[in-house]
Amino acid sequence: MATREVISTGNELAAIAAVDAGCKFFGGYPITPSSEVMHVISDLLPAKGGAAIQMEDEIAGIASAIGAGMSGVRTMTATSGPGVSLKAENLGLAQMAEVPLVLVNVMRGGPSTGLPTRVSQGDIKQASNPSHGDYRSITLCAGNLAECYTEVVRAFNLADRFMQPVIVLTDETLGHMHGKAMLPTLEEVEAGIVPRKTFDGAPEDYRPYECGPTEPAVLNPMFQGYRYHFTGLHHDAKGFPTEEIETCRKLIQRLEDKVMAHQDEIELNEEFMLDDFNGEEGEVLIIAYGSVSLAAKEAIRHLRADGIKAGLFRPITIWPSPADRIKHFTDMTKNVLCVELNIRQYTEEIERASGRLDLEGLYKVNGRAISPYEIVNKVKEVF
Amino acid sequence: MAFNYDKYLRLEKMPTLWCWGCGDGVILKAFIRAIDKIGVNQDDVCVVSGIGCSGRFSSYVDFNTIHTTHGRTVAWATGVKLANPDKLVVCVAGDGDALAIGGNHTIHGCRRNIDLTLIVINNFIYGLTNSQTSPTTPQGMWTVSQKAGNIDPTFDASNLAIASGASFVGRESMLDPKKLEKIMIKALEHKGFSFLEVLSNCHINLGRKNQMKNAMENLDWIDSITVSKKKYDAMSEEERLNLLPTGVLKEDTEAREYCDMYQDIKDVHQGKRAKITQDDFAKKI
Repeated sequence: MATREVISTGNELAAIAAVDAGCKFFGGYPITPSSEVMHVISDLLPAKGGAAIQMEDEIAGIASAIGAGMSGVRTMTATSGPGVSLKAENLGLAQMAEVPLVLVNVMRGGPSTGLPTRVSQGDIKQASNPSHGDYRSITLCAGNLAECYTEVVRAFNLADRFMQPVIVLTDETLGHMHGKAMLPTLEEVEAGIVPRKTFDGAPEDYRPYECGPTEPAVLNPMFQGYRYHFTGLHHDAKGFPTEEIETCRKLIQRLEDKVMAHQDEIELNEEFMLDDFNGEEGEVLIIAYGSVSLAAKEAIRHLRADGIKAGLFRPITIWPSPADRIKHFTDMTKNVLCVELNIRQYTEEIERASGRLDLEGLYKVNGRAISPYEIVNKVKEVF
Repeated sequence: MAFNYDKYLRLEKMPTLWCWGCGDGVILKAFIRAIDKIGVNQDDVCVVSGIGCSGRFSSYVDFNTIHTTHGRTVAWATGVKLANPDKLVVCVAGDGDALAIGGNHTIHGCRRNIDLTLIVINNFIYGLTNSQTSPTTPQGMWTVSQKAGNIDPTFDASNLAIASGASFVGRESMLDPKKLEKIMIKALEHKGFSFLEVLSNCHINLGRKNQMKNAMENLDWIDSITVSKKKYDAMSEEERLNLLPTGVLKEDTEAREYCDMYQDIKDVHQGKRAKITQDDFAKKI
């Protein structure tokens, strides 16, 4: 795999990734710590014939982005927790109408206005169900600068594959981190673009929402002779509102199943220094994600130097969670430490997946990053 | 020969869910005739609506159609238009949709002067949800959320649009479908943000609860509160008090349209022109 070296920030890389992945529209609103995504993409998109617009509020930001997405172009919005709260209703419409969209959430301290300029992972649970109703979120979580790029690229391809919003979580630490990142080449990114499926039969035969029980809708771009209807209401094969019992049931079941039946296409994890785990006494499994995993890796190097066999399991796709893989490692390892910049938000998912309630945790909610030494000390204290 | 609406209607969706005698049908037909007259291809039109009785407008007409969340019509349409500047994008919203929950988007759509046509069907009430107060419900009227009488001051939707910078603002009632069709053609053909307020009846959820027993009495009331702009302009302040002027209230063909201006941004980034400065604009503050 050819690579290129860049020196950049997480926010800038997210914007560059979008443009490289073929994004043609951005609708947003200023919010710390994500604003730089908008600053950068508003310079890049016009050069490529696209458009970036600063709307009057967060809601309008996502509404304009979904509108552009409905018309057929790759589209993105970026924000932070308070903005996701405001955008939630329209994320729900994009789930219901099956409109591809990438939302980058550069997490900051919450709840409410919280700690605007400080790091947090407090939006993990929100990302699984930001809007009301039943649907299955796809949420990716960048763990380093390079992934601020690669996960945004992956998000665009997943959004078009599954015809729904894909959330990319980064955080204040990554968003503002300035450093070196090794990225795939532009040629490789472009070769990996899989545009959304389209229907090319006769317009009278077109049924955008008539698809297999585990497949997404096939939504043709607008203005090309296939006139159909988008709605947030329960809808029939042609997209028109209906309350017909079986149609309603099948629609919502399909929103769930189209994701869960294809989890193998979505799941992505990093298993760091777990190769030599064999279930022997004293092994320490750390589960962490996002920027915290950088500290966890550093901690593991120190622990190993001190003779403690530690390793990291890091979900990169957060939702749906890699439940089978979590169970595999938590079945094998007695000592498990979950490290999060929130209070047990993902730990509860790990408990569900593992069926265990004896997991240790290190949680920090004061807006400061976790240092490797805090993790080292915690491991030595509890195991 | 009578006009044939079938080409533009989704006939399988008929009858509409609008009440017998509702003005929305008159407005829908005027819109279809206007679209036909301006001669645009159905494939090149996108109709965006919000929530409320007006929200169903988009599902009845055979264009590219979007039924959005409550109040977000203009924001949605801004994305469609900016990504597809050569297409005709029309928003249809009610008074609650466009002026209450979506008021901010209406204001900023007007301000940007993006080339959308926003048809606000103003029936002075939340009709679909059974008679709650809307921003245009006259003070003193009965609503289900203010049974003792509505005390909330109303605002003038068209004045709001004028003040917000829409380059075309018109008001007409659905009482005269010919006039309505003519002003719709003007609104659709105008380049820039066209705000068209259409006064309509809701005899079910406004009228019969406010001493207007049927559709005709509701229409008589609309007739009694409207006067042509020409007559209105000649009136004293006192005479104007309970009247709304109808017709073209503002038409500015000089104001620059947003997608056109955005092309300048593309040109800057593509090295085709120098950066935009204050010298590019006559009005500097």
